[in-house]
Amino acid sequence: MKNSKIAHEPFFHITKRPPMSRLSAFSIRIGAFFAALILSAAFVLITIGIDPWTFIKTMIKGAFGVPGAEKADSFSAFWSIFSKDSYFWITLKTACKLLLIAVALAPAFKMRFWNIGAEGQLLAGGMGAAFLMFNYGTLPVYILLPLMLIVSIICGAVWAVIPAVFKAKFNTNETLFTLMMNYIAMKIVDYFYNLWRGPMSALGMINPSTNAGWLRSIWSGKEAAWFRNEDLIFMFVIILITVLMYLYLKFTKQGYEIAVVGDSQNTAKYAGISVNKVMLRTMAISGAICGLCGFLCVSSQSHTITSTLGNGYGFTAIIVAWLSKFNTFVMVGVSILIVALENGSMLMANTYGDLGFSPASAKIIVGVMLLLIIGCEFFINYKLAFRSRAAKREEVTE
Amino acid sequence: MKKIVSAILCLALICVAFVACGNNESTEEGPAAYGFSGEKELAASGTVDTTAADITITGDVSAVKIGVILVGDDTEGYTKAHMDGIKAAAAALGIADSQIIWKYKIEETDAVTAAGNQLINEGCTYIFSNSYGHQSYMAALAQANPNVHFVAMTGDTAAAANLSNFSNAFTAVYESRYVSGVIAGLKLKELIDAGKVADKNKDGDNIRIGYVGAYNYAEVVSGYTAFYLGLKSVVSNVVMDVYYTSSWFDFDKEKAAAELLIDKGCIIIGQHADSAGAPTAVQEAHNKGIEVYSVGYNVSMLDACPDAALTSASNNWKVYYQYALACAINGQDIATNWAAGYKKDAVNVTELGTACAAGTAAEVEKVINDIKSGAVKVFDTSKFTVGGKTVAWAYASDTNGDWVNDANNVVSGGQFHESYVQSAPAFSIRIDGITELN
Repeated sequence: MKNSKIAHEPFFHITKRPPMSRLSAFSIRIGAFFAALILSAAFVLITIGIDPWTFIKTMIKGAFGVPGAEKADSFSAFWSIFSKDSYFWITLKTACKLLLIAVALAPAFKMRFWNIGAEGQLLAGGMGAAFLMFNYGTLPVYILLPLMLIVSIICGAVWAVIPAVFKAKFNTNETLFTLMMNYIAMKIVDYFYNLWRGPMSALGMINPSTNAGWLRSIWSGKEAAWFRNEDLIFMFVIILITVLMYLYLKFTKQGYEIAVVGDSQNTAKYAGISVNKVMLRTMAISGAICGLCGFLCVSSQSHTITSTLGNGYGFTAIIVAWLSKFNTFVMVGVSILIVALENGSMLMANTYGDLGFSPASAKIIVGVMLLLIIGCEFFINYKLAFRSRAAKREEVTE
Repeated sequence: MKKIVSAILCLALICVAFVACGNNESTEEGPAAYGFSGEKELAASGTVDTTAADITITGDVSAVKIGVILVGDDTEGYTKAHMDGIKAAAAALGIADSQIIWKYKIEETDAVTAAGNQLINEGCTYIFSNSYGHQSYMAALAQANPNVHFVAMTGDTAAAANLSNFSNAFTAVYESRYVSGVIAGLKLKELIDAGKVADKNKDGDNIRIGYVGAYNYAEVVSGYTAFYLGLKSVVSNVVMDVYYTSSWFDFDKEKAAAELLIDKGCIIIGQHADSAGAPTAVQEAHNKGIEVYSVGYNVSMLDACPDAALTSASNNWKVYYQYALACAINGQDIATNWAAGYKKDAVNVTELGTACAAGTAAEVEKVINDIKSGAVKVFDTSKFTVGGKTVAWAYASDTNGDWVNDANNVVSGGQFHESYVQSAPAFSIRIDGITELN
């Protein structure tokens, strides 16, 4: 009787682990990262025959390197990593964009409101900015830029509040609702893009000759200085918001309300917190930051609008927010990691395209890395108990 | 009653206003971009450099570093044609692989700026981009980096930009499109003689042909008009339907567009879009026993459509790149606008399919020689009409950005001089016999 019962037991079963020590959790994560690196290196070795050392060197160069630095002496090479569009600079800049979206998602996620619509909220903000830029390029710079900023923030917030209102009033599913809002935003952007490009096949930059609506128009005519740099302002604003968001979530009453609503809506109600109010307010903040990101991207980075303005980071940021457990400072590291992987593998594709390493192969590398890094979280929270061992233990106890 | 009268009056006023507006847009002479009477002086010649292909190398081959910004990668016909051209030119000049840095899949956004700056950091002094939408970013880079040369292939703003380090280039691909039209015409003539043209393929007395286009601007209009005129030089009673996909590369859309045209009874399907979507649709229709043939673009479509692909109009980019890379070795400026066709061997048609009519090869050779000698002019104004009238003058440049050409007449001596003031095609006149479906 007993024997047959054991035979029917599944090969393994999953049990929740007691909380793991920080050190062992960290070592599991590091282990996963190296396992991913070994797997990717094997993939590269097998497909195009590039040895792992060259692979890692190329990945590091593409992520943090300086193009053509071999020639320069080490001191100037160090400073040139800050030069305009060195790989390092681009990684930093792109990671900032990803970081800002993840920061925008943090309060909503902490509230257990699954905002999958960051991409759309960013596009709504960017669209608002681009619309003013395209149609009101003649306004003086001190009116146009603040107007673009405000309109972007409002557009982003509105795009996020719509699903929140439906959730509050009709208890609709916010995951699907925010997801679908992305596609509506994309189509609206496509509409204006096609309208504005006229019969040509591409829109190009908006106001390339007057620079109206570009962040740099603030200091046009003034002499160059290190702080008169669109990228620097872009990064500075993002880091500032990251810090503010950390303080907001950790030390303010509203931040506490968000945490309570996220833990248990009933507790929140019992404590006299209006769940709907917190939800609407938090989504407005989430959307407003995405809208701000749209404004920054349009006025300081792309100087135009396309439906790929967000580069899919509205979705990637979900992974960032999740991996960081909504801690905005951890998000900095995770954002840099993901962007570094993307840029490193893109340099692989640009260098070894001739051998058949395409941009698609680059995405495989990023995919493998992310899968293992995210997958290891499972082993931190759960453990697998195998049948043989379980059976053995049973024998022993008998 | 009073209300009704005033309403009618109002309506009448509105109608008058609209008619007046209409009159403003097209005078008796014709639309603002071209006219039917009078003569205008031909725009200043020599703006487009077609002769500079042969230059002597005086610089150090091993010192040059080239950057290339590509909208796709080698899985896509258009980009592959550019890559092959650059590689062949580099091989001919002795430039090593390590001296060329490629940036694949660069979107038509500020990704161009980032890629361009990276290439500059890598030490590139001559940078090429291959898609139209890269152009505005390339122009901005050229302005910011006066010591680096930028070439926006297929672009059209270099002439106006007035920067010595910013250029455009395009082949005279309308010539090979004309020849591909002749090849299709010969096939159509064979079908007519064999009695294989059904009533379904006819619109009145005219035989229907179709064309899958990408966008409705000059580059595409010029191409399909040349194709149509080439076909018409063999079979005069043809009408052509054009369907736009609003994308340079979209297999499904191109296939669907070709299916729609085949359903309408089009017997030849031409294309100016980069995928094998249209030839695939033609092959599928052919398998069902429908009489229809395909003319492709860039690369031979015989793999996708072995039984019914006639040929493809194609560019031989090597000719241009060999010139431009030679300039790079010498460290000299590249011609602001460059365009060349059969005379410089910069365009051609691909391998003829087995479906082609007998004697096609000989006829093609004759037409190519006639184009070279000038005996055949692709945009011969006596061969096409607009609203039944012959075009007397036509502008080729848009100076105020409203997408209507308003300067530089290029009609003279009975022909529209294509790629005359700018290397990119400028022929955007919609001629009789061609209908845009969308």
